[in-house]
Amino acid sequence: MSPRRTETGGRIDRLRTIRFTFDGAAYTGHAGDTLASALLASGVTLFGRSFKYHRPRGLLSAGVEEPNALVTVLRGEVREPNIPATMVEIYDGLVAVSQNRTPSLAWDIGAINQLGGKILSAGFYYKTFMGPVIGPLKGTRFWMFCEHFIRRAAGLGKAGTAPDPARYGRMNAFCDVLVVGSGPAGLMAAKAAADQGARVILADLEANLGGSANWSGETIDGMPAADWAQRMAAQLAGNDNVRLLPRTTVWGYYDGNTLAALERVTDHKEVAATGEPRQRYWAIRAGTVVLATGSFERPLVFPGNDRPGVMLAHAAERYANEYGVLPGQRIALFTNNDSAYRSAVALKKAGAAVVAIIDVRGDISNEMRRLTSDAGAELLAGHAVVATEGGKALTGLKVQRFDAMSGSLSGDERSIHADNLLMSGGWSPTIHLASQAGAKAEWDPARQAFLPPKPTQRWIGAGAFTGSFSTAEAIAEGRAAGLQAAGGAVSSGPLPVVEAAPGDPNPAPVFEIKAKGKSFVDFQHDVTAEDVRLAHREGFVSVEHLKRYTTLGMATDQGKNSNVPGLAIMAEALGKPIPEVGTTRFRPPYTAVSIGSLAAERFGDLKPERLTPMHDWHIANGARMYSAGLWYRPMIYGLPGETVEQAYVREARATRESAGIVDVSTLGKIAVQGPDAAEFLDRVYTNMFSTLAVGKARYGLMLREDGLAFDDGTTWRLGEQDFLMTTTTANAGKVMQHLEYFLDVIWPELKVTVTSVTDEWAGAAIGGPKARAILASCVTGTAVDNATLPFMGIVHGRIAGVPVMICRLSFSGEMAFEVYSGAGYGTRVWEALIEAGKPFGLVTYGLEALGTMRIEKGHVTGAEIDGRTTARDLHLDWMLSKKKPFIGSAMMDREGLIASDRLQLVGVVALDNRPLNGGGHIVEELDEANPHDSLGHITACCYSPALGKYIALALVKGGKARHGTRAFVSDPLRNRFGPVEIVSNHFYDPDGSRMHG
Amino acid sequence: MLITCPYCGPRDVIEFTYQGDGNRERPQPASQDLDAWNAYVYDRLNPAGDHNEIWQHSGGCRAHLRVVRNTITHEILSTAFARGGHKSADNRAEGRS
Ligand SMILES: [Zn+2]
Repeated sequence: MSPRRTETGGRIDRLRTIRFTFDGAAYTGHAGDTLASALLASGVTLFGRSFKYHRPRGLLSAGVEEPNALVTVLRGEVREPNIPATMVEIYDGLVAVSQNRTPSLAWDIGAINQLGGKILSAGFYYKTFMGPVIGPLKGTRFWMFCEHFIRRAAGLGKAGTAPDPARYGRMNAFCDVLVVGSGPAGLMAAKAAADQGARVILADLEANLGGSANWSGETIDGMPAADWAQRMAAQLAGNDNVRLLPRTTVWGYYDGNTLAALERVTDHKEVAATGEPRQRYWAIRAGTVVLATGSFERPLVFPGNDRPGVMLAHAAERYANEYGVLPGQRIALFTNNDSAYRSAVALKKAGAAVVAIIDVRGDISNEMRRLTSDAGAELLAGHAVVATEGGKALTGLKVQRFDAMSGSLSGDERSIHADNLLMSGGWSPTIHLASQAGAKAEWDPARQAFLPPKPTQRWIGAGAFTGSFSTAEAIAEGRAAGLQAAGGAVSSGPLPVVEAAPGDPNPAPVFEIKAKGKSFVDFQHDVTAEDVRLAHREGFVSVEHLKRYTTLGMATDQGKNSNVPGLAIMAEALGKPIPEVGTTRFRPPYTAVSIGSLAAERFGDLKPERLTPMHDWHIANGARMYSAGLWYRPMIYGLPGETVEQAYVREARATRESAGIVDVSTLGKIAVQGPDAAEFLDRVYTNMFSTLAVGKARYGLMLREDGLAFDDGTTWRLGEQDFLMTTTTANAGKVMQHLEYFLDVIWPELKVTVTSVTDEWAGAAIGGPKARAILASCVTGTAVDNATLPFMGIVHGRIAGVPVMICRLSFSGEMAFEVYSGAGYGTRVWEALIEAGKPFGLVTYGLEALGTMRIEKGHVTGAEIDGRTTARDLHLDWMLSKKKPFIGSAMMDREGLIASDRLQLVGVVALDNRPLNGGGHIVEELDEANPHDSLGHITACCYSPALGKYIALALVKGGKARHGTRAFVSDPLRNRFGPVEIVSNHFYDPDGSRMHG
Repeated sequence: MLITCPYCGPRDVIEFTYQGDGNRERPQPASQDLDAWNAYVYDRLNPAGDHNEIWQHSGGCRAHLRVVRNTITHEILSTAFARGGHKSADNRAEGRS
């Protein structure tokens, strides 16, 4: 066993050894260890390099507030940076590395920044790189030059580039009482609420429930507090109405008592069980929240307070009592309050030598004097630490006489030999969630801390969170809060009895010892007390400005340690009391939250998908699928050895030569029905629908209220009061919402209902010179000849016994028909059409060929109806009825929308016979080195088998006026430059003779 | 945030789609008053306090609701069907949500 590990004590399992690596070196620890405790037990003192000065840093804390010991955890190719080593539970095979060092933690080049400390003071970046360019070494351009080096040198962990293969879950939970924090207060609250029959959730960010009971060394109801906590947790676990959530950080408190939490489900496991997500995002709606989130011990600000071996007092106590690790052999303590004395006694009990307790206060109570002698320590009352010594580990410190009232030092320096210095600057309640919930914290001069605000939402505080720092108070407040939250009566029954060391909860109002040397306020961002004063001298008087200028409290720990000391130093500089300087409001998240957990089921294998009725057939017949929104659609039906281009060219060519069939089931379909349906469509579409005969379809265009184009599609009149509207695939939902809005809000008097029927119909479009013959050979119950089924006509019949509705309309430009059947019969009808088409050379085609044929015809889709174009821009002005108002009609003729220099739809032909790209710019003058003066851009492109050329649709200034002129494509991102000709968007069969037959 | 749909009851905001400022008045369809159209399409009140809004219960019954929401506290003061003639739900009566 390692020299720093105690023989007994703590919750670690000394019989189970765990093997892991840190910076490539092999280490062992025990089950129950964190990475911090295991490394500390192995004698590691150096955990990281500081952000700006690359100073060596060790562990400051034992918990979630750790600012120094940030590590990157590697899982295969995936790296997760900036995790406090104190929050990493070790498992066999864990690989962790330190951060912000080159080439290694012990030998770091960046440490040279320490020598340049004067240069890198507050506002260095602003002063050096902002503002006008004066000389070569100033300003933004200089910043661009230096940025690379500075970002490498100053920084935290590096994010990985490998995709994260982990699964993340999401859970919506409801409870009567949510208890946040499972220390004695939280356990009592949960128990009291559960006993009242309330549905309770108890969440704690640590792996083990119990909070401070796990390391306080106190006795509750005659047993060690840790055992009492375990027993309480076990009792709660046995209740059906209680859900325990360990390893779950409640990180956000939102409106309506909705809280967000992150559960780390498998981060502590070598291998996740089948189906287990890595992390789970919880959205918890709580009737009442009990905030029992405890408090943070504050560092003191003095020269060298960041040296490895300088640690928070309770953290050392926790390492000793909870993990059986002594952070040092010769320990000194430096405090402004009573709580450190208890820590001293605990470390003495655990086997360390406590050499001195240095207290800024001159007047020490008899109780504390007794604890000092229990710890076997020398008491240096009215003293302060003025320096620390050592490199990668502490070797000693210097103290001087100190007057707490004036803050002045006097007398000679005295050296004390110690390998561990514990500090306690008082305690700050962890009020983050209460602050997020909406109210302003209140300064308590006795506790020298911000206490939780008056609740603005339904929460009740308990324990150290409220400033009641003793366990006995926590237990009483916890039970009262639990009862109140569950709506129970106040209980007068006996409370668990606590035996604890005595102590005054109020510290001396001392935050900083002003002596020579760097005194750190914000460890993670390397902000010193002098930086704060410098910022003040330079005129930053608002707290918010001071924060931003110095970056105090803006690192990943969000100032959990530095908040109050920083404010105190600012207050002193401003000559104002702390409450007048004010605190900043805490915002979510409380700790870092993985983006993956927020995406949860919207990402990866849990993402919903929409499949057409013929999906399985496509897969079975070699389709390569495309995802379009949530839909999956065939892209091509490739033959062996074919490229995508070869496949779609073959499909499009065959369609124009004989016939092709494509699945169009994804088109949005909306049933518009009722006595006022025709009137409603007249208002919604730019063209007239009330004149449409039953049994006929019409192409329609919709505008938005502002007069820009919105969506297009055909609408079929199936009966006097019965229309079937089709929309583009992408806009189906938006169009539905648009119609519903107008019926509900604007024209409630119209008797119309709209129903989304997209999923009720399977659709197949069959087109080409042989399409009619194919239909004639398989459709029964109706003729399909030109008289019975003219262009835009609708007939009802059967295919393979299945009722179908056939409309003759064309997107491909060929004689074409859309065949609709009930979704459940889609494959049956599809297969019958394929079978009937065999003698005629029918091919299946996918989206690529569909797109190719529509480009050849110059039809528009979402790439052209992009929210910026008008009907005129797209040459659809023939559809704008002058006989009636419609949505957008009043706004569509505004000056800017009819200007002659607007981008208009044109066709583009590549003159160098090379492919064009969507997004490529059209320019008059080709300047590859410095592309400029774009005339517009390409929206869609393909190789056209009908023309034998690479063509594209584009939106170009001047539009029609440029037909027949030369221009260039300029696409610097893809390095595609070359000459093009601008032509009409109607490349192929402009008079429509093919589709009219 | 919870919105009480008069039909479905109190539901999470995730089920709703914000459909804009409820104070806007659409000119008569045939109106040629461009200023009135401009005000309708572009002008928004954006108050700090109680605000009339339109929300659609898009993940529920799909009705559009007239909602009065405090933009500072996010408190929902009242909800009613936009189509009118139906009962309204008063969130205050059921406690703040
Ligand atoms: Zn509803």
